[in-house]
Amino acid sequence: MIELENVAYSYGGGELLSDISLKLAPGSFHFLTGPSGAGKTTLMKLCYGALLPTAGHVRLFGADVRGLMRDDIAMVRRRVGVVHQDVQFLDHLDLAENINLPLTVSGRSVDAAGDDLNELMSWVGLTSRADALPPELSGGERQRAALARAVIMSPDVVLADEPTGNIDWEMSQRLLTLLIELNKMGKTVLIATHDLSLIRATKAHVQARVLRIANRRIQLAGADL
Amino acid sequence: MKFDLATLRALFSGDRQADRVVPPSGFTAQLTLFAAAAMAFLAVFALALSLAAGRLAENWGNELARTATVRIVAPLDQRAAQTDAALRILETTKGVATARALSNAEQQALLAPWFGPDLALDALPVPRLIEVIENSEGMDAAGLRLRLAAEVPGAVLDDHGRWRAPLIQAASRLRLIGWVSIALIAATVAAMITLAAQAALAANAQVIAVLRLVGATDDYIAQAFVRRFTLRALSGAGAGTLVALIAVLFLPGTSQSGGFLTGLGFQGVHWILPLFIPVLSGAVAFAATGAAARRTLRGLS
Repeated sequence: MIELENVAYSYGGGELLSDISLKLAPGSFHFLTGPSGAGKTTLMKLCYGALLPTAGHVRLFGADVRGLMRDDIAMVRRRVGVVHQDVQFLDHLDLAENINLPLTVSGRSVDAAGDDLNELMSWVGLTSRADALPPELSGGERQRAALARAVIMSPDVVLADEPTGNIDWEMSQRLLTLLIELNKMGKTVLIATHDLSLIRATKAHVQARVLRIANRRIQLAGADL
Repeated sequence: MKFDLATLRALFSGDRQADRVVPPSGFTAQLTLFAAAAMAFLAVFALALSLAAGRLAENWGNELARTATVRIVAPLDQRAAQTDAALRILETTKGVATARALSNAEQQALLAPWFGPDLALDALPVPRLIEVIENSEGMDAAGLRLRLAAEVPGAVLDDHGRWRAPLIQAASRLRLIGWVSIALIAATVAAMITLAAQAALAANAQVIAVLRLVGATDDYIAQAFVRRFTLRALSGAGAGTLVALIAVLFLPGTSQSGGFLTGLGFQGVHWILPLFIPVLSGAVAFAATGAAARRTLRGLS
């Protein structure tokens, strides 16, 4: 699905990431952890084509990201659902329209997706908030709405960058449960987080691998969790 | 963004949803409309100026080029003989359609504005005028001058070129200025729309980032902006053109004595030309917004 081969990335100054090799197989569940500023978000961005590696190769669905045109990147994003820590919406559209946005921009009929949308809204527990504007939502509601928006196209991969960063423990449990359910439906899931207790809680439900970024490199974290 | 039939259709039928993904803008939209209208208003007058100057140059060129005057300056007793001699030469000159000596009454009418109607023309050595009208081949003015100098010492040929040429030149220059003005107006519309589009794209940076994240193509994002600005330029210029045409319509009509100023306006099929101004304005906005959107989007991930 997503494959990184000896990838390095530098922001002008020094290298932030170097010699990263990573393969996200279909149906796998990965955590990405490491101290703040270690490059978790950068690695996520490499995975959906928002950044190009300064060395090495990133292959998205079998195609080298350097060879992709801007429209190809757009097509990749329709197969990869992304949830950001500070998730952004179109503030002038209501929640239902925002969750539907990926369908709208890909030219699919929104009316035909009506049932799916309702199901999805109740799955993330936002049915009663369908007409609310994004600025009126709480942090937890925004995160769940972002997850719903990320999966409405039924993507193959879900990338979540600190999805529980702004919300309380109970709410992060709920969000995690949703991500685990997605994984059980066969989606590939990659979650960047520095919350180790969240990782421990997850490991009880699903076979998750933990990747840690340290010293610019990625390591498979073992039993210490 | 490729310009084809599908693009045009999308432009006018409009994708309601694509239109909604970019938040509505209030005040700046009015400014774009106003600027497009003002530019179209100016363009109509620049066009009217160009066309009128063109007509003027053509008229002067055609009518005056076909006429010439021979002046017989001679003592009273020789005047009639020299006039006859000049007329005989003119009749045998190639390129001359008719040559006719003005009568006393006609010359008196010409001089009346200066000397009053009671002038006794017979008693004064006023030169006799011969009106020469050329045929389509045109005559050889230099050759004629030589023949007249040899046989009729008192004859002076004036083919009007001396004072006609600078007038035609002035009219042509005026026409050129008119067209340059229209080009400048079009360029100004392009600059203004580019600025407005650039501002709209910058103001909606977050919207664009969200759209890219959920898989929108550049064309899809650009279309929402292009459509807006094209329609604004089109409707603004339409209103400006309409107002300007009404203003031109109510300009005082052409009169014999008015000359150039009252000739400003459109004649016949030329009334169709200003209707292209809104279309041109829309096309300029389409191209300018498309270019601005492509440039901005290329810089985003």
